[in-house]
Amino acid sequence: MDLFVFPRWANKTRVLAGALLGGAPLYLTGLIWYGASPKTTDVGYMPEQPVPYSHALHVGELGIDCRYCHNTVENAAFAAIPPTETCMNCHARIHTKSPKLEPVRESWRTDAPIEWKKVHDLPDYVSFDHSAHVTRGVPCSSCHGRVDKMEQVFQQETLSMSWCLDCHRAPENHLREPELVTKMDYKPPKKQVEHGLELRKKYNINPPTDCSTCHR
Amino acid sequence: MAATIKAGAAEVSAATSGLNPYQGPPVGDNVFAKITQNVSRVMEVPKPPRAWYIAFGIALTLLSIFGACLGWVVWEGIGAWGNMVPVAWAFDITNFVFWVGIGHAGTLISAVLFLLRQNWRTAVNRFAEAMTIFAVACAAIFPGIHIGRPWLPYWMFPIPNQMGMWPQFRSPLEWDVFAVGTYATVSVLFWYMGMIPDFATFRDRSTSTIKRAAYGLVAMGWRGSSRQWHRYERAYLLLAALATPLVLSVHSVVSFDFATAQLPGWHTTIFPPYFVAGAIFGGFAMVLVLAVPARQFFGLKYIITIKHIELMAMVILATGMVVGYAYGMEFFIAWYSGSMYEGFTFQNRAFGPYAWAYWTMIFCNVVSPQIFWWKKMRSSPWVAFIVGVIVNVGMWFERFVIIGTSLARDFLPGSWGYFIPTPVDYLTLGGSFGLFFTLFLLFCRYLPMVAMAEVKSIMPEAHVAHGDHH
Repeated sequence: MDLFVFPRWANKTRVLAGALLGGAPLYLTGLIWYGASPKTTDVGYMPEQPVPYSHALHVGELGIDCRYCHNTVENAAFAAIPPTETCMNCHARIHTKSPKLEPVRESWRTDAPIEWKKVHDLPDYVSFDHSAHVTRGVPCSSCHGRVDKMEQVFQQETLSMSWCLDCHRAPENHLREPELVTKMDYKPPKKQVEHGLELRKKYNINPPTDCSTCHR
Repeated sequence: MAATIKAGAAEVSAATSGLNPYQGPPVGDNVFAKITQNVSRVMEVPKPPRAWYIAFGIALTLLSIFGACLGWVVWEGIGAWGNMVPVAWAFDITNFVFWVGIGHAGTLISAVLFLLRQNWRTAVNRFAEAMTIFAVACAAIFPGIHIGRPWLPYWMFPIPNQMGMWPQFRSPLEWDVFAVGTYATVSVLFWYMGMIPDFATFRDRSTSTIKRAAYGLVAMGWRGSSRQWHRYERAYLLLAALATPLVLSVHSVVSFDFATAQLPGWHTTIFPPYFVAGAIFGGFAMVLVLAVPARQFFGLKYIITIKHIELMAMVILATGMVVGYAYGMEFFIAWYSGSMYEGFTFQNRAFGPYAWAYWTMIFCNVVSPQIFWWKKMRSSPWVAFIVGVIVNVGMWFERFVIIGTSLARDFLPGSWGYFIPTPVDYLTLGGSFGLFFTLFLLFCRYLPMVAMAEVKSIMPEAHVAHGDHH
């Protein structure tokens, strides 16, 4: 039997083996870190809705306020999805023959609600309260993006825990006067951080970061 | 000859320590070769002794039970155990501390005794190091399942993540992660590096290509040149120096899990030295439990001699009394502190509902080692084996007593309870021995069980002056 099982070139593979052993954990960590992050898996989620409703048209062009349809945001945890009746307030007279609106009219006739698809869906172990944020000056667009420019609504932010914490730790980057939260083309009166710090002081805004704030 | 490189140091230390551990029967002229033959034979024979098969069968059975229990706990959740408030830490943490403790003798023998030039260690250090690694492997499983969501143990490590979460570095449980992690890493490195020359011996003696390739791969091109030996010895010394503080640090940190809590019975400053002594005590007992049958069944009686058994028995006797002192001191401090909660806790320990566990512990850990005062008992391998088993039982009970009794009855009588283990608890404990012994038996069969190169270096034949006196 040969004294040497391994051929001479095997010596060179030692460097390769070392690089693999060292590199593989790094590569795997990176792959999972990036591949399984909400940035990759969740951002850009844009489900097909039962009605081709355009926020860009209704909010951007026509200037309807967010709260006209999502009317519970200031008082409740949940931002209401409008019932068919809200649509029919206008569409009983406008575009009454439009084929795009047929599902709405059908819902109106049959009394069966339209099954909208939820875009911004937090995990069940998180409790989020819209009213707590909206009435304190956290703008809609900070979480939902420029909805007034979206033909079809998609998820713009990661909604990850660290994303929540970024704002809870430094809310001055987002705060506005509470009456301006729904304004989509908002420009801060001065530098956002300075203005935000003033508002923090004015309204005494100190968001908690305890586990039990959101996980109850 | 590679071993002669070591001869200088060995000669000096043999002279100073006055110990000649090589006390076996004379084996003729070619003693170095015979050591190699004897140790390698275990790997070379086509079939290991029948005892190995029986032991391996039992170990595999226990291992499958362990696997089933872990699977059930993952599926069902930790409700499968008897843990219930107030005893939220029960068998799981007891088993963790027990197994981590077992590992201590390995580092002590391989690092501290090396630096102290206690050359008798060479016969048993490989054993002890292997035991350490397998014990730490068993230990690591328990915190992993204790957290209740075993798929999330990476939360314990500082890995950047989308939750923006970071481990709580002020928690002793987090210190544990690093203490045990460091310990496992250094132990594996130490063990592996020590085996490289012996792997090369195995490689050179192997007759099948598969074995040759496998041992050749792990021997990493070892040729036994002077330069290789020189660097090897340097590295070994450095690793020993690195590993030495770990003997003290690991179990000290494990004891902080308890000592930093406010609970009476846990909140004491004696815990770190007390835990370290207990760990060495239990670890040496486990070395005996493994070494006595191994030397018997693999024909290594003249390498692991009666002298070794006796020395380890002495360590057990000494550390056993340190542990006994700590038990006594706990009671003294409970009285001396004047704290009624401390006082009650210890009264409750000895005479409360867990008295049976407490007195089992006292018998196993304090009474049973006293037999080693007699030389005849110290030098009887099977007595040492039995005491080793008893001490291990006792050390398990020590951890159970500390954890169980303190939690079950704390400040408020209204929140007292009693822990009743479920069958899953018992089977998980028993099953962890399956993992340990399966790994150990595989080690015996396929890896160099005795550090051949090191044993040779301390034999009289390795001395430079050997032969001049004749």
